[in-house]
Amino acid sequence: MAALKVVRSGSRLLNGFQSLLNNPRKVTCGVAATVTKHPRWYCVSHLSVQERIERKRKAALSGGGQQRIEAQHRRGKLTARERVELLLDPDSFVEYDMFVEHRCSDFGMEADHNKYPGDSVVTGQGRINGRLVYVFSQDFTVFGGSLSGAHAQKICKIMDQAMMVGAPVIGLNDSGGARIQEGVESLAGYADIFLRNVMASGVIPQISLIMGPCAGGAVYSPALTDFTFMVKDTSYLFITGPDVVKSVTNEDVTQEELGGAKTHTAVSGVAHKAFENDIDALLNLREFFNFLPLSNKDSAPITECHDPSDRLVPGLDTVVPLETTKAYDMLDIIHGIADEREFFEIMPNYAKNIVVGFARMNGRTVGIVGNQPKVASGCLDINSSVKGARFVRFCDAFNIPIITFVDVPGFLPGTAQEYGGIIRHGAKLLFAFAEATVPKITVITRKAYGGAYDVMSSKHLRGDVNYAWPSAEVAVMGAKGAVQIIFRGKENQAEAEAEYVEKFANPFPAAVRGFVDDIIQPSMTRKRICRDLEVLASKKQANPWKKHANIPL
Amino acid sequence: SSAFVLGPNCCSSVLQTFDKILIANRGEIACRVMKTCKKMGIKTVAVHSDVDSSAVHVKMADEAVCVGPAPTNKSYLNMDAILEAARQTGAQAVHPGYGFLSENKEFARRLAAHGVTFIGPDTHAIQAMGDKIESKLIAKKAKVNTIPGFDGVVKDAEEAVRIAGEIGYPVMIKASAGGGGKGMRIAWNDEETREGFRFSSQEAASSFGDDRLLIEKFIDNPRHIEIQVLADKHGNALWLNERECSIQRRNQKVVEEAPSTFLDPETRCAMGEQAVSLAKAVQYSSAGTVEFLVDSKKNFYFLEMNTRLQVEHPITECITGLDLVQQMIRVAKGYPLQHRQADIPINGWAIESRVYAEDPYKSFGLPSIGRLSQYQEPVNIPAVRVDSGIQEGSDISIYYDPMISKLVTYGSTRAEALQRMEEALDNYVIRGVTHNIPLLREIITHPRFVSGDISTKFLQEVYPEGFKGHQLSDSERWELLATAVALFVAAQLRSQRFLGNLRVSSSQQEQRRWELSVELEKGVHAVTVSRSGSTYAVDLDGKRVDVSSEWNLASALLPVTVNGTQRTVQCLSRSASGEIDLQYLGTSYKLRVLSKLAAALNKHMPEKVPEDTSSILRSPMPGSVVAVSVKAGDTVAEGQEICVIEAMKMQNSMTAAKTAKVKSVHCNAGDTVGEGDLLVELE
Repeated sequence: MAALKVVRSGSRLLNGFQSLLNNPRKVTCGVAATVTKHPRWYCVSHLSVQERIERKRKAALSGGGQQRIEAQHRRGKLTARERVELLLDPDSFVEYDMFVEHRCSDFGMEADHNKYPGDSVVTGQGRINGRLVYVFSQDFTVFGGSLSGAHAQKICKIMDQAMMVGAPVIGLNDSGGARIQEGVESLAGYADIFLRNVMASGVIPQISLIMGPCAGGAVYSPALTDFTFMVKDTSYLFITGPDVVKSVTNEDVTQEELGGAKTHTAVSGVAHKAFENDIDALLNLREFFNFLPLSNKDSAPITECHDPSDRLVPGLDTVVPLETTKAYDMLDIIHGIADEREFFEIMPNYAKNIVVGFARMNGRTVGIVGNQPKVASGCLDINSSVKGARFVRFCDAFNIPIITFVDVPGFLPGTAQEYGGIIRHGAKLLFAFAEATVPKITVITRKAYGGAYDVMSSKHLRGDVNYAWPSAEVAVMGAKGAVQIIFRGKENQAEAEAEYVEKFANPFPAAVRGFVDDIIQPSMTRKRICRDLEVLASKKQANPWKKHANIPL
Repeated sequence: SSAFVLGPNCCSSVLQTFDKILIANRGEIACRVMKTCKKMGIKTVAVHSDVDSSAVHVKMADEAVCVGPAPTNKSYLNMDAILEAARQTGAQAVHPGYGFLSENKEFARRLAAHGVTFIGPDTHAIQAMGDKIESKLIAKKAKVNTIPGFDGVVKDAEEAVRIAGEIGYPVMIKASAGGGGKGMRIAWNDEETREGFRFSSQEAASSFGDDRLLIEKFIDNPRHIEIQVLADKHGNALWLNERECSIQRRNQKVVEEAPSTFLDPETRCAMGEQAVSLAKAVQYSSAGTVEFLVDSKKNFYFLEMNTRLQVEHPITECITGLDLVQQMIRVAKGYPLQHRQADIPINGWAIESRVYAEDPYKSFGLPSIGRLSQYQEPVNIPAVRVDSGIQEGSDISIYYDPMISKLVTYGSTRAEALQRMEEALDNYVIRGVTHNIPLLREIITHPRFVSGDISTKFLQEVYPEGFKGHQLSDSERWELLATAVALFVAAQLRSQRFLGNLRVSSSQQEQRRWELSVELEKGVHAVTVSRSGSTYAVDLDGKRVDVSSEWNLASALLPVTVNGTQRTVQCLSRSASGEIDLQYLGTSYKLRVLSKLAAALNKHMPEKVPEDTSSILRSPMPGSVVAVSVKAGDTVAEGQEICVIEAMKMQNSMTAAKTAKVKSVHCNAGDTVGEGDLLVELE
């Protein structure tokens, strides 16, 4: 496991002491305050308890000290406390465990100057737009944010409480890794957190925001949470850093290439979104938080909405091109129907042939899944299936209705897909849609071909309301392929193709069988969905008792 | 003003004309013609290209026929297909609109041969006036003032230079067959004459299939004023007053008005009489326009006659009360004119702004394409007429003219019409394409325009460095900053309002006072805001600005009252990280509002370095590459032509921004390029 070396800071303590003597009143609380280093050896019994409390608090607020704070700022990063303060409503943060210190007694760690009140993480609870959230924020200025037993214990404490009261946990990760001086204690700490991540999964939303390094075993905590966001240029996620990669596989790779925001949001799919910098990330996280229910016992939030629920969207009547082979942008449809055209897209740069994200309909949070005809014709492949499946399962776990827009020509053929296990991965999306019991509304905008039709929240997988636009074609495959099979070797292929198109390239075959509930004018879509969501708000549906399902992983 | 909103009264007399008319055009003019047809009880047939299958004019028509693929020479200029459509649908007449086949004598002739009435003048008049050289000879004969230095057909660049020398610079070069300003270039020296010759002959060949050119004396600082005429087949002709069309860029009209502030009744009458005499000289029938250049001493010179309905005809309809399309249809059927010259009034004032999908910050407007994701016309404002052929969801494509609409306002006085234009522009919602509303609004509020002190040089003179958007005064800046801040707080407050029982803290009190920071054009201002009801009191730079509104955050239009002044601003976008784009006084401004804390911490955020663009030439618009003049390794001088991009039938020369060696060329002649595509890299 990668870890940062702990930098000894003894030599700098003297300077701090002197400045304290010169300006005994200079120490102030707060983020921007001039922080003075405390000579811990001076804290002896003749100081009153009250004074010691004050000193410890001040020391905790100053983290690893002014110089390390400045170094953090020079890297373009904010401190752990600045981040918490920006993330939460003003004055809402209630801190826990400010007095906790690490318990390591090896390698000189027991020395007073190596003890930092609160250790290398800030924990507590607060509010985002008035709603409760638990937060931990790793402090890179203290031992590089490395994870000690005490650090892990602090995180576990807030996670346990978040589980009990039913409130999300947000982790702001900025840590060099394990506290090597503590050895197995640190490893145990990680495992304690992992276990809680797993127990909390599906109970409370868990969000990770990677704001610095996150390497080694540490990466598995974000990986277990529901959403992992990153900050561009200043955050990294990898199992082993470039040096180890070089020594093991002889690959030359930079940190950024190996585990930067671009890699994880576009290539690996490990992270769900990246933001420009710390401030951008934290402000966006506040916005994102408003979409989420506090726990699986709470319904999806409804915010005040100024957008009329019966608004017609005339632009949708022309969005699907007349030529069935021509692409269009599914986001045009999503923006068109969503409240105020607002859509918080998840994984916008990964597996772009499927679009997933959150929006509101008449103020109510919904999850939206849509095939993207603009990219790879909107086909389903390994990556898009996994991306879609994970999103659908999150929505189902947290009572968020799912709206699915279907324009899918099928699963992507080829050896790469078959060898990669498209059968197994495609099954995940099928599984996720089928098991979901939240309200499910599906709109077939154009193609719904083959097995992919079944997968995309079809009526057969307990879709509550399934619509077709007049441009919809529900069929086993496109006309050309179908005719080649049905009329193999026969003449008049063109005529047969025309007949097939006439019969199947329209919404009627599905509508006469009741596989779609109605054929609607595209401009009416928003109005219809808003109305359906109101009806389905009281939907009750349960799956058979089981310990847990066995999703094809 | 009875024709202002084309009311039923103008067509009330039940008049037997045609049962069915085919409109050989697209977009707003096709829709405009159909409106009158519907009022006259005439069935309509639309023709369209395949990409226009769901266009507004197609939906509006009773029948529609696809006449070919997107390129205009395969569809809207495809005579065979259009004649076949007329035959197939049994249309008795064809209205050609403007552009396309409207001034094509061959089309008129072939229609006649098929027994279909062409709604326009007969072929003789089209031919006579369509040829710029012939038209001037006829004009001279009819005692119409003509421009000095008028000459003949041009064979090559050197002859062009010789002719130009004889006339004396500056000279204007254009295609003989071309209408309007398209293909018109001005040369001030021999070099520019050669360049102008090359461009104009290319454009003439590609747009009109006729590479004849015309060179004539260019009148400096002129006004472009045109007379609308209306004539019947019985030798009667009227002039319907003038239209002032001096506000132009690249010789294309941008803002027009009727009447002109410049003409006195005598000049108007003289111009009108000459226009009518020209019309009579060619036995003109139908509506037509005689264009004049007018100099500062009110001398006027015949420019050309457009033998069709003009784009800017609505302003004439507004002040005269006539429906020109109805008049054209009547005349085409052979009815005599209903009016005498003395019946033609000037009632009030009308102004037309041409709203284009183009970027006004680049050469006063380079085409932009895209999908109109949101679109609302300001038709709720009284005395506003919007002629358009698009709607929300329509695509503005590279194939056709990028005009979105013609926005016309009317008033009993010019000031009233201008006031309404200002309001209409502020309430016009266009999203998804770049548009020229910032420029239009600046023009119509500019002191020179307001006082009527204009010429065709207006834009170059007022914006010698190019258009840069509205320049804020101090008080406007405060207004804008305060509006952004108030909007930010209103949005913040709303994001805390959850409906139903959602475990929101009850002990947390709704905030009443905020300390914020707002950034605009690199200037950061600390502000404090306090709220009472829906009014936000914003303190900034020692000023107090009160902003109130209903704060409907879903509406594209945000009506606000700022220190008592009512305005409509538009919120173009709002991001979670405090960025707010506002369209204010027509121009869009990027602002950023942050809490005091976030603003203080913002200094630690790393600067992200944008791409160095000085050595990179990107396509400023979507279009096709006509020619590439350099290859890798060449050394180019600053200002030297690198390649030519054609878009919307306009050829644009791309020049080097600095003297350097060409590193690599990324385009070839014939390529289609998108906006921002890399064309050439310099070292």
